[in-house]
Amino acid sequence: MAPLEGSGSLYEVAQSENQYVETASTGSARRGRKFRWWRLVVLGLAGAYFLIPIYAGLKFSFENVAGHFSFQAFRNLPSAPGFTAALSLSLKLALVTVVASTVLMVPTSIYVHVRVPRLRRILDVVTVLPIVIPPIVLIIGVLGAFPLWAKSSPYLLSFMYVILAMPFVYRSLDAGLGAIDLKTLTEASRSLGGNWIKTLWRVILPNIRPALLSATVLTLALVFGEYTMASLDLWQTIPVWIVQFQVSSDGNIQVAASMLGLVGTWILLIIVVSLDRSQSRRSRRKLGAS
Amino acid sequence: MSSSEAAVPGSGAIAPGPGTAAPSRQRRFRRFLRRSEPVFAITPFVVYAFLGMGIPAIAVIYEAFHSDSGRWTMGNINLVLHGVFLTGFENSIKLGLLSALIPGVLGVFLAYAIQTSHSTVLRRLCATASGVLANFGGINLTFIFLATLGSAGVLTFWLHDVGINLASIGFNITTFSGVLVVYLYFQLPLMVLVITPALGGLRANWREAAENMGASSWSYWRYVGVPVLLPSILGGMLLLFGSAFAAYATAESLTLGLIALSPIQIGNFLNGNVIAGQTHVGDAIAFGMLIILSITMILYSLVRRRASKWLR
Repeated sequence: MAPLEGSGSLYEVAQSENQYVETASTGSARRGRKFRWWRLVVLGLAGAYFLIPIYAGLKFSFENVAGHFSFQAFRNLPSAPGFTAALSLSLKLALVTVVASTVLMVPTSIYVHVRVPRLRRILDVVTVLPIVIPPIVLIIGVLGAFPLWAKSSPYLLSFMYVILAMPFVYRSLDAGLGAIDLKTLTEASRSLGGNWIKTLWRVILPNIRPALLSATVLTLALVFGEYTMASLDLWQTIPVWIVQFQVSSDGNIQVAASMLGLVGTWILLIIVVSLDRSQSRRSRRKLGAS
Repeated sequence: MSSSEAAVPGSGAIAPGPGTAAPSRQRRFRRFLRRSEPVFAITPFVVYAFLGMGIPAIAVIYEAFHSDSGRWTMGNINLVLHGVFLTGFENSIKLGLLSALIPGVLGVFLAYAIQTSHSTVLRRLCATASGVLANFGGINLTFIFLATLGSAGVLTFWLHDVGINLASIGFNITTFSGVLVVYLYFQLPLMVLVITPALGGLRANWREAAENMGASSWSYWRYVGVPVLLPSILGGMLLLFGSAFAAYATAESLTLGLIALSPIQIGNFLNGNVIAGQTHVGDAIAFGMLIILSITMILYSLVRRRASKWLR
């Protein structure tokens, strides 16, 4: 579930999701009452292409060696050699990445939005760079340039994941901050005697909670799916473990673990999409009211 | 920037009256602090971005032009432009182009089919599904597809039952054609995501105007629809190219690293499959990838500017 494989993709989700909902309803209802056979063909083929692999994944996950339905693969997963170690490493990296990314990106985005909007262009450009410089290029540079003490720590991965997450985290924060009337809120808070810390903590953060949550969720999806950097930095996170697992013992475990990853990412991303929607509804209500 | 006054509490409290040197220096210092506050505030971000992206990029470029002993050399670049590494670039570009063109065209039809359907449920479902599937790359995809089209895969058996033998028509999931089929799984939804807003920009009254003037469906698309959509389609394809060209995880896990693609070759260098004296060849490949991706992104931003004209 490495979101970075389609490296522009999460970025585009953040960008296009709102537009989609708004533009989708503009198709004229008058047109196309007549039966369109080609639509059926296109949708049918696409449906088959996207659903058959999911069916195959489920079949392999829930079938034992004899071909009968069973939960064996999932039951064996926790006790598979190396699984718990990989899971705990991934969890630790995820925690550190989410905390570091929040501490770095949230104050910066809020400050730039409130005080120096002209710097937003710079932030826009810098946060898109991880899409132009792919993980494989970043990691060869990192392994060539960073000192040994940094390279011997798994948290170097967390350091780099903050970079990889930047496009998605900044896009959601940017959208969240754009959807609220930041200027009025801060001025109201300041005129009521709130200092900056209070304004940030009691006024701004609660108002961008959906954006914060979606940034966190996207970061989590990224850390739990990232394979390129983890495997080349020789740390056995969950995706690396799945690939390196010895097929001879139980091949179905790999498919089962992948299906868990798929379902996990699905749930996380559906949360993001619905959050984006509720946010865009809110901002539209705001526009309608003013 | 009017609110920046409030940043230093009491900055106006010092009466301008007493003209002694000390308060004025203090005031000047405070004004300096106030002016430079934005710089201080975004410093952590800039430093972090420089450490995480600037340093690695500089290291790649530096090492691409230096030999193991640290001398300036064009040898790495020269090596990368010939033989197996050149093949790697060629294959990567070919993979990028094919997995931009095929889903690029199919994605437009798919997005149009979804958008013009009258079912809101279907549109909602497809919007969510493409948002989710566009991000479902990586190694999980590898194993789902091995379960589908691998030698014991579900679809392999189904096709075998209707008399199609995948191996005999030259398809193998662990080779170039397989990687292409798997990439479609996240490229197609990505194209749908990118092109849907542009399709929404096609106004219904353009079509009505064309029809009133006697245009057929074909001439509407030939003279109105496609020209308006073209910049968006090209932009989407450039994005798809970049995403397939740079992808590592799916291709590596699917082919076990046995395919000649530039990212995989870099990975092989990092994994230690290095001939002595060639440790910096990987950096030279990475440098080449950076150049190709930069060109792609420059084209993308140009095309995107053109495309946004119709979206307003």
